[in-house]
Amino acid sequence: MIGLLKRVFGNNMGQAQEVTDTGSVAADAVYRYVVVGAGPAGVSVVENLRRNDAEGSILLLGDEPEPPYSRMAIPYLLVGKVGETGTHLRQQENHYQALGIQLRNARVTGIDAAARRVALSDGSGVQYEQLCLATGALPIRPPVPGLDQKRVHHCWTLKDARHIIELAHEGANVVLMGAGFIGCIILEALALRGVNLTVVEMGDRMVPRMLDPVAGTLLKHWCQERGVAVHTSTRITRVEPNPGNSEDTLLVDLDNGQQIPAHLVVVAAGVKSNLDYLQDAGLAVDQGILVNEFLRTSDPHIYAVGDVAQGPDFENGDRVVHAIQPTATDHGRIAALNMVGKPTPYRGSMQMNVLDTLGLISVSFGEWDGVPGGDQAVLQDQQGYRYMRLEFDGERLVGAQCVGRTNHVGVIRGLIEGRVALGPWKERLKKNPHLIMDAYLACAQR
Amino acid sequence: MQKSLHIIPEKCTGCTQCEIACSMEHEGIFSSSKSRIRVFKFHDEGRFVPYTCTQCAEAWCQRACPTGAIDINARTGAKEVLATACVGCKVCTIACPFGTINYVPDSGKVAKCDLCGGDPACAKACPTGAILFIDAEATGFEKMRAWAAKTDTGASATA
Ligand SMILES: Cc1cc2nc3c(=O)[nH]c(=O)nc-3n(C[C@H](O)[C@H](O)[C@H](O)COP(=O)(O)OP(=O)(O)OC[C@H]3O[C@@H](n4cnc5c(N)ncnc54)[C@H](O)[C@@H]3O)c2cc1C
Repeated sequence: MIGLLKRVFGNNMGQAQEVTDTGSVAADAVYRYVVVGAGPAGVSVVENLRRNDAEGSILLLGDEPEPPYSRMAIPYLLVGKVGETGTHLRQQENHYQALGIQLRNARVTGIDAAARRVALSDGSGVQYEQLCLATGALPIRPPVPGLDQKRVHHCWTLKDARHIIELAHEGANVVLMGAGFIGCIILEALALRGVNLTVVEMGDRMVPRMLDPVAGTLLKHWCQERGVAVHTSTRITRVEPNPGNSEDTLLVDLDNGQQIPAHLVVVAAGVKSNLDYLQDAGLAVDQGILVNEFLRTSDPHIYAVGDVAQGPDFENGDRVVHAIQPTATDHGRIAALNMVGKPTPYRGSMQMNVLDTLGLISVSFGEWDGVPGGDQAVLQDQQGYRYMRLEFDGERLVGAQCVGRTNHVGVIRGLIEGRVALGPWKERLKKNPHLIMDAYLACAQR
Repeated sequence: MQKSLHIIPEKCTGCTQCEIACSMEHEGIFSSSKSRIRVFKFHDEGRFVPYTCTQCAEAWCQRACPTGAIDINARTGAKEVLATACVGCKVCTIACPFGTINYVPDSGKVAKCDLCGGDPACAKACPTGAILFIDAEATGFEKMRAWAAKTDTGASATA
């Protein structure tokens, strides 16, 4: 075979190099930065790398066929508010190219940390000086018999979304397994598509990891009043074929003895960090890839961000996976700064969610369920579907939940992350938790 | 030279002309509840504080947005919501630690101060000079920065 001159990095962003293929083993391309996973975390990393290093070559690897998109936008695709391009993280064409970021559709199958090389599924490999893993999470398929059948889908990727759009026609019998945060978002999208929806959640309330029993139960009543059947403290024990029924080909068995015919079953039973490809990488992992306050893994050349990373918690510094969009993009920014050599410690992530359940909007932040020795402020109007609970640790706000209020809720983050001393405002908030904005202005902006 | 809103709470009398002007400019109606600038009233102290987005350098709203729906207006520096791209997910409303981007149920999208394209109605409407539109450098920008650094997930090492 004749020697082949291959230009591996086709523009003048610094590290471009000519690689001569002598005919034996093709030499790997070498990049200053390689980022694996083209979701919000990976995109945040590459954009911030470029912002802080105009020269270094950047390769972004993603294994999904579409341009980088946001899972979060999938519910809005399901209801037709946007088309598929509306889910893309960046709307401008050539966004990555214009930034000198090489985007490549490829799946990473392994990492050789000693050689600083990632192996790709097509047998090739690339070498890195700095690597960042942003491979996200995978939906969990619980060990319930029958979930491997046709018409049982997760709602995690654009591909899943296409299946759901095809099956969730108006009036279709649909069973949703799980009413956690993501389950509830999908719930709204399915209900808006006009399906006949049954939701089955094993916890004693909706969104048990985001809202307390009062708020979670409010949500349940709200949904039931709007025609959604909600079973809490209930398990799906099996999904069976339903012979002789061409529309509802599935039969969903509940542990209370009920059987529900279904045209579609959507599984939203939690997610777990995607660590599959890391067996031989030698990185310290727990539930996710363990990272320190610089978002660096146990290998000094490898960082991890987003749903795959188990990083510092804002409140107590423990290592946690906070699988949410704001954490993914905050991680991305901090990791990039550290990768370019601007040491920047991360203050830690906190849980923060906003949920619109058929028009009832709820939010929760941080230590919404309180901390030992802390105290709280609660205001509730169950008939009016309004609820507000603030959690304090001494003079500080450490967590909050609100149902039925959206205005200025961001200052809850400001108060918590600013570790703002509330002084006399704590007592005022205990009398009226709705004064968060006033408290913020009085205590934080003076 | 980019300009930004500079608010002097000591000069505010709580008349809410700014709110009215803002809602008229953006929604075509006189309604304080639709305004993107709000006057907070501390009656015990006789103090009024107009408050809106400072177009902060960190742009938390922009960073958290899943669809790239928040853009920086190159001319004014304002962070603007692109109505066509906003899906109404509200994640920016919890990500912004200043509480200045809010969900509008009527439109199903979020709204924030956009500096009215470079001629803010609130500043024009303020009868006491409590809201000024002046060179960014001269405003409380530094104070803002300091605050952003305090709240930031990592010091403001960007720049
Ligand atoms: C329906 C739905 C609604 C949601 N709503 C919200 C919400 O309202 N608020 C919120 O905060 N969060 C929400 N989330 C969660 C949010 O989408 C995630 O937290 C976010 O996507 C995490 O970003 P990430 O970049 O870490 O991971 P991902 O978005 O999962 O991106 C990781 C990418 O890496 C790719 N990849 C994985 N392994 C490899 C490999 N070996 N080689 C190459 N590529 C690989 C994956 O295919 C994927 O494209 C929602 C999620 C879903 C599914």
